[in-house]
Amino acid sequence: MPQENPGPPAETPEPLLRVRDLTVAFTQRHRRDQVAVDHLDLDIPQGSTVGLVGESGSGKSVTSLAVLGLLPRRGVRLTGSIRFGGRELLGLSPADLRTIRGKDIAMVFQDPMTCLNPVLTIGTQVTEVLHRHQKLPRGSARERAADLLDQVGIPDPARRLGEYPHQLSGGMRQRALIAIALACRPRLLIADEPTTALDVTIQAQILALLRDLVTDTGTTLLLITHDLGIVAGTCDTVHVMYSGRIVESAPRGPLFADPAHPYTAGLLSSVPRLDAPRGTRLVPVPGSPTDTLPWDNACAFAPRCTRADALCTDRAPHERTEGPRTLRCHHPLSDPAPDPAPDRAPVLAPGPVPPTATGGPNLLPEDVA
Amino acid sequence: MRRLAQLVPILLGLSLLLFFWVRSLPGGPAAALLGERATPERVAQINRIYGLDRPVWEQYLDFLGRAARLDFGVSRMTERPVTEELVSRFPATAELAVVAILFAVGLGVPLGYLAARRHLTWIDNLSVAGSLIGVAIPVFFLGFLLKYLFAVQLGWLPPDGRQSPRLFVDHPTGFYVLDGLLRGDPASSWDALRHLILPGIALGTIPLAIITRITRAAVLDVLHKDYVRTAEAKGLTRAVVNRRHVLRNALLPVLTVTGLQVGLLLSGAVLTETVFAFPGVGSFLVDAIAARDYAVIQGFILVIAVIVVTVNLLVDLGYGLVDPRVRLR
Repeated sequence: MPQENPGPPAETPEPLLRVRDLTVAFTQRHRRDQVAVDHLDLDIPQGSTVGLVGESGSGKSVTSLAVLGLLPRRGVRLTGSIRFGGRELLGLSPADLRTIRGKDIAMVFQDPMTCLNPVLTIGTQVTEVLHRHQKLPRGSARERAADLLDQVGIPDPARRLGEYPHQLSGGMRQRALIAIALACRPRLLIADEPTTALDVTIQAQILALLRDLVTDTGTTLLLITHDLGIVAGTCDTVHVMYSGRIVESAPRGPLFADPAHPYTAGLLSSVPRLDAPRGTRLVPVPGSPTDTLPWDNACAFAPRCTRADALCTDRAPHERTEGPRTLRCHHPLSDPAPDPAPDRAPVLAPGPVPPTATGGPNLLPEDVA
Repeated sequence: MRRLAQLVPILLGLSLLLFFWVRSLPGGPAAALLGERATPERVAQINRIYGLDRPVWEQYLDFLGRAARLDFGVSRMTERPVTEELVSRFPATAELAVVAILFAVGLGVPLGYLAARRHLTWIDNLSVAGSLIGVAIPVFFLGFLLKYLFAVQLGWLPPDGRQSPRLFVDHPTGFYVLDGLLRGDPASSWDALRHLILPGIALGTIPLAIITRITRAAVLDVLHKDYVRTAEAKGLTRAVVNRRHVLRNALLPVLTVTGLQVGLLLSGAVLTETVFAFPGVGSFLVDAIAARDYAVIQGFILVIAVIVVTVNLLVDLGYGLVDPRVRLR
């Protein structure tokens, strides 16, 4: 019987980012609150590269916006604790948050086509952040901006500074946004689906760039994505999020080799693999993220889970630790499969449990040490 | 340059339309002049004097040829050259239009911006309701209302004219506010300005309502753009985010709409000037239409058209200055 684990051991040094019991609810008059993030705990140690994985609507982007203090102030209920470098961020004044954003915590967003201001030059958009946080005078800010563009692999940076976003390709724009994010050497970089809007070949370049920059500068990286393939090549630790909670956290190797949560396994088996035999069909996770239960007294994933039984719709699973991983599941894949008794049939009718889920899939063999 | 060349066919077509429209008005200059005493012989006589008995196309070519040299003929009402009338009246209307547009932009942009920032609060609702009333209210009615309230009842502002009767000064430029300053007589400038307030407000109300609405919509739109979120993520100060990232983009549609308002403004000036007995282009044009003074009608409307087209051209060029995407296309 795995032991219950209420929290991390007390003796570990405080991580760079320490999120405890974070709940984000969108409130609307005469409507039930929409809980996007549900009592979330998340640690990001200094210097690590952490992946936060989940499908659309799992709350991963809302989590990042909460960390940056970028959620709208009206219509949002925000409780819990977000500590960054030992300092509580929740409850800071907007003006104080502005001194942290862009300087200590920076962010790269999903769509480079829309994230740059169309009427300002690239130079202005890079230098304004340098001017704001490092009080660099115009001339040296421009020099530094050219260096930054060079660093992220933009050719002819001096000329690019005078150009406007529409004169740059999507990949170049994302590089420019990464340059902006890294301009003040932030301690934490949050990249929210940084490659989703880009061509596949450009995706690989941008990921390689992010990986290199993080290694070179020692920046801590939180990579938010729905794509486990991206995580496989980049992250040390992976958190899988479902319906506002983390359902499985593990180092990259064990997570990919031996997923324990049925949702993680489902995500893995829905990623196409080059080494799969011809004719192998992808196995999607049945249902959609809207087929969910509140975490209060059920497992939110139960309606879509192949292993769910009466217990799963009756009690919320606690977080428990199994070796290197923490897990939130009544019937993880590491347990023997539940009896195929009628009362244990899944609520939604799914296909058979994907063989890759229990057979130890190896997504990108060269990446998983 | 290509845009400038496009003006030629626009103005040619307009002059043609205008020329024949004026001549299709019921009654002619002779009938207007003679009134009840009109007999066919007298009408024919007068038409011969003014050259109206010649073929219409000949009259048109003649008009065109002289218009190209800025000669629009002689006004029958005042017996003075139309160009001279225009020059003496244009500054009044220009001053009025400038006051109206300053009022509309100066109040409309902040109001629209505020409404968007306070979206769905009472300020926002008030601005939406107010701008609805603003576009719906007829200019002449608003003019009378303002005049009655602030000039007649409260006596705060003069009811009509361009300057107080007891003031007599010469006007080197014809722009009274400017003239006062040029001659080192700020009191007469102030007097002229006071005469501009009520008609300016009456004339500027519709543009104000439209500009408020456009600004509000544009700011609401821009506030949800990804690049504004990027700007916030940079930790820029609120002022920089608002000015450089929100307003700079939101004012693009406002600029276009303001340019379009100039045309509306000049047609509104006809009504406003009549209500406030303001001796500008508009009130003179109304008189000219009543008297079937073809030369004045043609000359004035053509010049107004040139101004409207030119202002819109300038707006288009100005657009290129603020939006790099237009500039390079």
